[in-house]
Amino acid sequence: MRYHTPSTFEDAARLAASASGLTRFLAGGTDVLVQLRAGMVQPDDLIDLKKISGVDAIERTEDGGWHIGVAVPGIRLGGHADLCADWPGVVEGMELVGSTQIQGRATLVGNLCNGSPAADSVPGLVAAGATVTITGPNGTRTVPVEDIPVSPGKTSLAAGEVVSAITLPPRGSNGGDAYLRFIPRTEMDIAVVGCAVNLRLDGDTITEARVALGAVAPTVVLVPEAADAIIGTTLDDAAIAALVAAAEAACNPITDKRGTVEFRTEVAGVLAKRAARIAYSRAKGENA
Amino acid sequence: MAKDEFNVHNLVGTRPDRPDGLDKVTGRARYGADISAPGMLWAAVVRSPHAHARILSIDTSKAEALEGVKAVVTRADFPTGLTGEDWNLQENTMAGDVALYDGHAVAAVAATSQLLANDAARLIEVEYEVLPHVIDVDDAIKPDAPAIRPGSADASVPEGMAPNVVRYMEFGHGDLEDGFAKADLVCEKSYKTEAAHQGYIEPHACMGQLGEDGKGEMWVCTQGQWFIRRMCSAVLGMETSQLRVTPSEIGGGFGGKTTIFMEPLSLALSRKAGGKPVKLVMSRAEVLRATGPTASASMDVKIGMTRDGTMTAARAEFRMQGGAFPGAPVDMALYCAFAPYKLPAVAHIGYDVLANRPKCAAYRAPGSPMGAFAVESLVDEMCRELGLDPIDVRLKNGVKSGDKSSYGPKFGSIGLTEVLEATKAHPNLAAPLGPNQGRGAAAGYWFNHGGETSVSMAISEDGTAQVSVGTPDIGGSRASIALMTAETLGIPYENVRVNVVETGALGVNEPTHGSRATFASGKAAVVAAEQAIGEMCRRAANEWGIDPEAVEWVDGAAQPAGPNAGKFPPMSIAEIAGKMGSTGGPISGHHEGNLDGVGASFGTHVVDVEVDPETGRTTILRYLVVQDAGRAIHPSYVEGQYQGGAAQGIGWALNEEYVYDDQGRLANPVFLDYRVPVASDLPMIDTVIVEVPNPGHPFGVRGVGETGITPPLPAIANAIQHATGARLRHLPMTPAKVLAALKG
Amino acid sequence: MTKVHVTTTVNGDPVEFLADPRETLLDSLRNSLGLTGSKEGCGTGDCGACSVTMNGTLVCSCLVLGVEAEGAQIETIEGMGGDTQLHPLQRKFVEHAALQCGFCTPGILVAAKKLLEENANPTETEIRYWLAGNLCRCTGYDKIIRAVQDAAAEMRGEAA
Repeated sequence: MRYHTPSTFEDAARLAASASGLTRFLAGGTDVLVQLRAGMVQPDDLIDLKKISGVDAIERTEDGGWHIGVAVPGIRLGGHADLCADWPGVVEGMELVGSTQIQGRATLVGNLCNGSPAADSVPGLVAAGATVTITGPNGTRTVPVEDIPVSPGKTSLAAGEVVSAITLPPRGSNGGDAYLRFIPRTEMDIAVVGCAVNLRLDGDTITEARVALGAVAPTVVLVPEAADAIIGTTLDDAAIAALVAAAEAACNPITDKRGTVEFRTEVAGVLAKRAARIAYSRAKGENA
Repeated sequence: MAKDEFNVHNLVGTRPDRPDGLDKVTGRARYGADISAPGMLWAAVVRSPHAHARILSIDTSKAEALEGVKAVVTRADFPTGLTGEDWNLQENTMAGDVALYDGHAVAAVAATSQLLANDAARLIEVEYEVLPHVIDVDDAIKPDAPAIRPGSADASVPEGMAPNVVRYMEFGHGDLEDGFAKADLVCEKSYKTEAAHQGYIEPHACMGQLGEDGKGEMWVCTQGQWFIRRMCSAVLGMETSQLRVTPSEIGGGFGGKTTIFMEPLSLALSRKAGGKPVKLVMSRAEVLRATGPTASASMDVKIGMTRDGTMTAARAEFRMQGGAFPGAPVDMALYCAFAPYKLPAVAHIGYDVLANRPKCAAYRAPGSPMGAFAVESLVDEMCRELGLDPIDVRLKNGVKSGDKSSYGPKFGSIGLTEVLEATKAHPNLAAPLGPNQGRGAAAGYWFNHGGETSVSMAISEDGTAQVSVGTPDIGGSRASIALMTAETLGIPYENVRVNVVETGALGVNEPTHGSRATFASGKAAVVAAEQAIGEMCRRAANEWGIDPEAVEWVDGAAQPAGPNAGKFPPMSIAEIAGKMGSTGGPISGHHEGNLDGVGASFGTHVVDVEVDPETGRTTILRYLVVQDAGRAIHPSYVEGQYQGGAAQGIGWALNEEYVYDDQGRLANPVFLDYRVPVASDLPMIDTVIVEVPNPGHPFGVRGVGETGITPPLPAIANAIQHATGARLRHLPMTPAKVLAALKG
Repeated sequence: MTKVHVTTTVNGDPVEFLADPRETLLDSLRNSLGLTGSKEGCGTGDCGACSVTMNGTLVCSCLVLGVEAEGAQIETIEGMGGDTQLHPLQRKFVEHAALQCGFCTPGILVAAKKLLEENANPTETEIRYWLAGNLCRCTGYDKIIRAVQDAAAEMRGEAA
């Protein structure tokens, strides 16, 4: 295996495009190294992105959103007060990935590009309407986060393409987001179900909402029906019931070592209800 | 031997720093994988990806052609003609004609680096013919189940039983029908537990070296260096005394490191590589796939009880699989199941069943937790139905010293009543419970063990002492043995060094198993110290010119026993030792034998849980362990055993299990999915050490390591029912199972 | 297979080693530098026995490549106490019997040290969640938590 440390994304993309064998990009390495060591993946070329300038930066964009470098580990997101104030749901999703030690390495983009439907940081990004910038042999393009994973372990990235940045939109006023996941233990598990809710209020009424579910389908899914169930409501009991029904209806899970179809479906509704309540109270400016 | 009658313990019962503490907080302590040797090679093992498959061919040529590869071994490199358990051990070390479980070793390779050995292992091509497999014990016992090893049943199995039943037992006493007829309530329920792994954090690791001269050396993390020596030499056809085994520090064992798995492979590879040392370290996946989990169990229990809570009769029928080899601890499970109860009539029936899983190994009180889950759950269900207090019912039926046990022998001195009384008095039982919260209690039992033990001690020239023991220190036994030796000699704790020695230094010792290290090595060390005291008294008597009988040993010095013996100032151990070279030579003591006088240990646990009614997740709010230690030599490490046993039992109860896919492959061979409790899963674990001294030990010691894993399984099930009304009879009680039970 | 020359700093000492690009930092520490205090319990970042800090961040050294250590500052258990004096956590772990087999201990000490650098007065819950990636199979964690609390109190200058 050859180890590369390009200094620009263009060089990284060129290296990947010209490689004849199997290529992997390395940021935090918390997925790649596990696969490498288990012998599941034997890359010929490993391209470390951490020497590229700016990959460790968290910056406010001109329009008031956020630009997050591809090598920013989870622990830095949690330590960034302004980012946490804007997008607590996005940050708490990332902070649920693994242990304190994993947080020292794991990144949002790595979590996204690993392609797992159970990735804890992805529902929050999808609900937030985050986008990624992709650098490839033919230049750059920008796509919504939800377009990256296509099936477990697979992404829509073409050969030679590398995610070069992640962008969160401006939070704006009266907004709130939240992410909850269900695991059997209190820490260290892969999500059995995850749910993120992002919403905006006008007074007590929800005017905008996005709901994303994890681990209930081959990819993290955006569920417009769940959002529709609460838009125009004050998150009253009828809205919650409609939200739960929509979340459950959107589930297309499998039974595996981590959970059954029935359990995942039922808990998806429970988490949607609980996450919506947290997002709602955050939008109201209440502590939650 | 009855030190207790003096009841003046300066050291026993105190909490000094453990002798190996500094090494273990600085990273200096050397564990199995921490040693290297000149010229050392690294090994990797090729394992079957199939649950059950005939091995048609193994092509090692590509691996052997790789530069840096020094040896490849398959079963063809092992001697033939082994029988009985020796054959089982050899077959488990490396598959012969048939791979019997996912992870069964089929070849091994040694090379100049670990990465190279891994590469070479991937180049070994094995052709398999996949055979039908069976995983679950209730499937494996069916008459039409795939026969795993036809002809391997022993003489206990009656004609006509299903092909995978390899051992059968039935025993009991009293008139069962009469007993059930006298009961006001007779309940019969079925329970299941899944296989759990010991989960020690240190993977198996060894470095073996074996030359053409037949002389071998091994460094290995193990609970028992003599077991490693005997088993490896049997599997390889070596002379036992030609293999010298040195135990490393051990990163947890819990029974799982009392046997061999890959150790003979390092020796076989070394022999083939011209005697170069070969290091072999398992990955976590290898540990979970191919080393001993415990058995899984399917159990039917029937109990009769009168309205006032008197148990009139009981019956247990247990079916357990321990992998593709005989040895599921169904006998132990049955012995322990009703042990807390005095029963006029009881019947036990047991089946040891083969399945396509790894060969089970001992795990902390082997068998006892499964039986307790079934029996202690049913007792609780019946108490609930009759409106009786579960602790009172256990007090009413609880065995006392001298009672006949449920499994036959009479109990010696036991402390179940004292444990139950201490439990009732604990403030945790009065703590208020909120919504969705519940409390459960259960009792547990372990025999404890003495066993083959050989200990030497010697006085050094400065009056300090060294003790050589054969039981690896897995949780503070150096400290407890040093305390007892120092107490006996009357010298400071710091003046005793306890060494865990290699096989060349002592006669055969059983491993640190059966909760025996502090009991057996400690007892032998005390006898050895008393021998040395006798010799030191003789030396003093010679110098004083008086009869040795007239000398007594007080506070680390010889002194005349009373005014009639003569008037001499006390002669200290340092003084006697300082001149031992000129007074007769070395002063030492040695004791060995099959140590008896073991004292059994009962415990009670009380747990408070909260269950999330929408997700089924159980949170442990409060936990209490009460257990009879006999005498706590170092109370901190006794508490540690109670707490650690409880934590393992909590894991087994709630989340730990072997999950197989439909191909019979282990689906969760990583700590990510084999879910042992993490720090944030648990509360503080309260302990009460009850001390009903064991008259069979000079300081009253009972074993303390094993009983504590037994009660958590039923105690948590009982608490969940109290919290929710739902009764879980199949472990682990995962959120999905609890949620399903809540829906009825 | 071409090895890469790596220059780094471990426990304040400049060191060099050659690393196969596939080799983890844990392997480099243990096999190239002889620092066997960091342990491998899982190789997948689930047990924390290999915990070290890299440029001040707590990481699992089994999930870092040896070649990634180029130019970094690495701290391991071997550097924790200094040559003559134990860190309060090390003393308190022995005093409280917070270890049984001791295999997880180096990783837990390294992780706990980092916690107390960031939070001098952590609650029991904060300690438990910070250490959730450090598996201990022997103790049930009780005495570990108490030892960390006691060390923290001592470092704050309070009597525990």
